[in-house]
Amino acid sequence: MTRPMPDGLELDDIQHFLVARTPALAARYEFLHFDSAAAGKTWLTGLIDKVGTATSVGTDSPDARWVTIAFTWNGLRAIGVDDASLATFPDEFRQGMAARAVMLGIAGKAHPDTWDGGLASPELHAIVILFARDVPERERAERAHAQYLSDIGGIQRLSFLDLEALPPYREPREHFGYLDRLTHPTIEGGEAPTPGSVTAVKAGEFFLGYPDATGGTPPMPQPETLARNGSYLAYVRIQEHVGVFRDFLRANGGETREGQELIAAKMMGRWRSGAPLVLAPEVDDPALGSDLQRTNDFNYAKMDPHGYGCPVSAHIRRMNPRDTVDNVERHQLVRRGGTYGPFLPEDAPDDGVDRGIAAFMGCASLVRQFEFAMNVWANDPSFNGLENQRDPIAGTQDGTFDFTIPKRPVRQRLTGLPAFTTIRGGAYFFLPGIRAMRFLASTAAAAAA
Amino acid sequence: MADDNDWTRPRAMAIPEEGYLTSSPGRYGPTFPKTPACHGFTIIAKIKPGAETEIREYGKTLETAVGKTPDVLAPLQLHYLRWVLFDIGADTYFMYQGIFDTDFDKYTEDAVALFSATGITTIFTKLEGFPEDWKTNAPAFIRFVRDHQQPSFLEYGEYPFVTAREIKKALRMREAFTSMLDESQ
Repeated sequence: MTRPMPDGLELDDIQHFLVARTPALAARYEFLHFDSAAAGKTWLTGLIDKVGTATSVGTDSPDARWVTIAFTWNGLRAIGVDDASLATFPDEFRQGMAARAVMLGIAGKAHPDTWDGGLASPELHAIVILFARDVPERERAERAHAQYLSDIGGIQRLSFLDLEALPPYREPREHFGYLDRLTHPTIEGGEAPTPGSVTAVKAGEFFLGYPDATGGTPPMPQPETLARNGSYLAYVRIQEHVGVFRDFLRANGGETREGQELIAAKMMGRWRSGAPLVLAPEVDDPALGSDLQRTNDFNYAKMDPHGYGCPVSAHIRRMNPRDTVDNVERHQLVRRGGTYGPFLPEDAPDDGVDRGIAAFMGCASLVRQFEFAMNVWANDPSFNGLENQRDPIAGTQDGTFDFTIPKRPVRQRLTGLPAFTTIRGGAYFFLPGIRAMRFLASTAAAAAA
Repeated sequence: MADDNDWTRPRAMAIPEEGYLTSSPGRYGPTFPKTPACHGFTIIAKIKPGAETEIREYGKTLETAVGKTPDVLAPLQLHYLRWVLFDIGADTYFMYQGIFDTDFDKYTEDAVALFSATGITTIFTKLEGFPEDWKTNAPAFIRFVRDHQQPSFLEYGEYPFVTAREIKKALRMREAFTSMLDESQ
């Protein structure tokens, strides 16, 4: 592996998921229920060796599929973790995302009562995340897992979601057409941040058992065998209303394609090519957008303090406010996931098909990282001195919030933003290390004996 | 909504005993409301025996820190802070009142990060029941603060709902305007 890796991390014990981005073009998430602790343990025992570690999986991984396993708090209980240990997990993980949805802005049409696939249910125990090089490989692995479940019995598949990259596949794009995955946090001692990106953060911001930005090692759930080298995952399935989005651009961007693209760029903070507005405020610059050495090389406080380039409420300026907020290193998230549903061709009317992004946000503290980002950065109407504005893409929109585009001599205000996205499901998972999974499997085995 | 935020109209808000008008869940518990006197808290806790002198000396420490680095507390988005010591019977209590523009939980999270990073330790370490591992355990710090918060039953604002950022902006504009008038003499 050529990629530099952070020192001091037990890479052979950490699941690869948050360390390495794999060259996958397809994925499948399966949401599982254990009929008994013994069934859960049997299932896990047969799969541990298929889970890639941070040592065995790199971005140049020769494998064709990559397996990740994570558990809800109910799942840890179902597989036999005792009450004393369960009580040491943080409140937000114990309660789960559905119980905390209103605080996260997941309400109205997105309320957990509307979620399907068992995501809001305490019956949800585990997820197996399969990333595959292509659809045939995903289908092969999916059949193998189905056969495995049928062989061992005692595991119910509550639901699943298939994901595929969108055409033309050369680069990751989501359904609105924006280039994706341009920024990601980096860990001290590992891969260097691209120019202009947030400084590399301590490993303890993502993995339990290591020093975090405080300089100390925060308390962990017990026993340590279970917690160490683990992380938390916030899963969200975000439906993208492509027709609503395109109609909005047409209604507010004027007759020309350029005018509509500018509105799309202002709401994201980047042109759909990825070119950031701070560096390309007037016209798109596709070469800049995809050049990782340049596309993050900017700040807001000095280069665009008033938001004449990138509005203060633009998606990327809210979800990664760089030098305009304090303690930015304490709210970082490793994002993994992809797109589901078919691409809606340009100029085709919305066909009503469910399409969007289904992603995992990895962190060491759901309340300080994921929930903070949702609660403050995405949804605080007075974020960074704004009034009545939420993130136009990721915030909870119900037609009562605005979006302001700073402009001389007077700003442009788009009022009553519609919801371009709706959260259709979500859950909190614990992503254990390899030793921890052996521990879970063995206590289960003991209970079954 | 425009009327609700009208700074020209002084406002008072009576607050029920539990500390909020409608229970709206926050990350660490119910969200305390923004009132005409902004966000804020009143934290009252018993001090550790014999800690009074040290607590009073902390006043000088913080004065010096802010003198050296005037924006050291900027992350907290404050208007005002007040520290008070008082006796009830033989015990000494500490009261900490703050008025600020972020929500209560975010304030406390930012405070933990600030105190950990700047080396200005928090005087809360001299209070009974304060978690020893506060630097790495923000949830425990926040629990202590929430447990010792005494919600107001009434708050008043002469210029309600105005943020410190807006006040400073208005003062800067006045300054610029005055200077422009001076220059055109």
